Amino acid sequence: MVTEKPPRTARTRLAVAGARAGVDAGRVFGPRGTADRVSNALFLALLLLGLAVAIAGLAALIIWAILEGAPRLEPGLITNPPSTLDRENAGYRPAILGSLYLIAGVIAIIVPLGVGAAVYLEEYADQTRWYNRLFELNIQNLAGVPSIVFGILGLAFIARGPLSLGFVAVAGSITVALLVLPTVVLAAREAIRAVPPSIREGSLALGATQWQTVWRQVLPGAMSGILTGVILAVARAIGEAAPLLLVGAITFVVVDPRYFEGSYTTLPVQIYDWATRPQEDFQVLAAAGVLVMLALVLVMNSFAIWLRNRFEQRW
Amino acid sequence: MVSNRWLSVVSAGVLALGLAACGSDDDNNPDDGANGDGGSLSGSVLIDGSSTVAPLSEAAAELFMGENGGVQVDVATSGTGGGFEKFCNGETDISDASRPIGDDEIAICEANSVAYEQLTVANDALSVVVHPDNPVDCLTVEQLTAMWGPDSTLASWSDVPDLEADFGEPLELYGPGPDSGTFDYFTEAVNGEEGAIRTDYNNIGENDESGIVGVEGSPGGLFFVGYTYFAENQDRVKALQIDGGGGCVAPTEETAQDGSYAPLSRGLFIYVSSSALSKPEALAFVQFYIENNDAISGAVGAIAMTQEQKDEATTQVDTLVG
Repeated sequence: MVTEKPPRTARTRLAVAGARAGVDAGRVFGPRGTADRVSNALFLALLLLGLAVAIAGLAALIIWAILEGAPRLEPGLITNPPSTLDRENAGYRPAILGSLYLIAGVIAIIVPLGVGAAVYLEEYADQTRWYNRLFELNIQNLAGVPSIVFGILGLAFIARGPLSLGFVAVAGSITVALLVLPTVVLAAREAIRAVPPSIREGSLALGATQWQTVWRQVLPGAMSGILTGVILAVARAIGEAAPLLLVGAITFVVVDPRYFEGSYTTLPVQIYDWATRPQEDFQVLAAAGVLVMLALVLVMNSFAIWLRNRFEQRW
Repeated sequence: MVSNRWLSVVSAGVLALGLAACGSDDDNNPDDGANGDGGSLSGSVLIDGSSTVAPLSEAAAELFMGENGGVQVDVATSGTGGGFEKFCNGETDISDASRPIGDDEIAICEANSVAYEQLTVANDALSVVVHPDNPVDCLTVEQLTAMWGPDSTLASWSDVPDLEADFGEPLELYGPGPDSGTFDYFTEAVNGEEGAIRTDYNNIGENDESGIVGVEGSPGGLFFVGYTYFAENQDRVKALQIDGGGGCVAPTEETAQDGSYAPLSRGLFIYVSSSALSKPEALAFVQFYIENNDAISGAVGAIAMTQEQKDEATTQVDTLVG
């Protein structure tokens, strides 16, 4: 097998460690100048600063939410429906279920469509054709379109207009799926491109058709990269509120949502609504909701990462 | 190898789905059982509109669903204008509104043959709130116009004409966005034309709480908002008295009910479409909303209707029930 990206085996690690020890002892490249040491330290400090800013933001959010939401961190927060009258016992159940339904729909849409588009562009499309290059350019552009624009699209074409699904959860799923689809296509393309050509050539040389090569060699090899794209897409989808407000994610629903009929709400929409209420109880609920949201994202991402690691392939 | 992996993934997926299905089945039952004993009504009522009226409708919905477990009442908050847009498109049963329906909206409703009935459900004193340390206690409508007018460029409190106190902080204006009935009402009452307003204020959309946060954090801040937001946040912001020509009047329940807090006291309404009124569950809900008005407005801290308004609304509902 051609080793294009050598894995970090015990041997490479040993070699790296040895080289580093040699450099540190000053025996290989001679003694280090002060300028080298300063710039080294400065660079490391910059890297740590970058990390610290990212971590501090998350830590501040979590600490604030825990302090603020502490009085409501109890099972009722997850199992109870929202309430305007009985605020001490209000909870997020319809919102959590709504978010899960929505995400299930998003995954069901983006995985086949996203991977299909990526396979076409990487394995079948003739890059010299102008229309294929136009597709590529447009997918990259779509990834940068603000989410509210997809909300307007969803309102005009999915909830109303040609599809006229109404303001139901499936309309929300389709809208958000369109929003995150480019992320999946781009990530899946990268993953497919990372599969060494020798794998394809070997498969074709042994008499497999192109379809068989893609299905049995390329896709399994690219699976972990594709799943990374799906994780990113789902993480973005679950946090979206703006486009959903336009396609009917309603803020006060006390019964469990259904997928194809009836009103629904999602966690971010419910949190947003409560965060804007004047009463203190709602502020506490919103903070506690932030923690529910973070926990939900963490659980979903952990599952996806576990899944990805099962498919990890080394060439 | 590959097929083994797929097998485990698929089975994990099936397992997860199975769990979810069991979970939601169990979840549905207690609701049906617990609430289904009273009332024989079923169906759903969809409400959308003003964020100022939404808490009232939510409270009404909760109390109503407590007695009628078979009915599902959902309340969305798209703002008064956003609510009317859906209402006149026939997509909602009831529209919450913090101002009367506008001429252009009436035209759209008529074009889509949506007939409706307007009912008052509460009163509101549109409160002008400032930082607690602000020495000013009272503003005339003219002074408000000077601040908020479409051509206004006032940047400091010291530029406000005839200000009663010496105050030099920069003027930081906060207000809701144009989908809001509060916005429409304020611009009409203060600037003389609905929607006419200077464009460089901090537009907080439908998120009234962030306006309170903004004023709390800026000594020269000023924000107009529904009475409930002021009442719940009296320790954070101060409401100004308003002089509409008859002297300075503070926003209170009494001055809103008797209309002396002019021109910023207003009614809060629900609009019920005639197609909704033909649904027994929606008609029953509207009836319930009016009959239990004191309990509902009390629960959410809104200003209740006067006896006169209640009598009028009751008569209206009686005619509707027929």
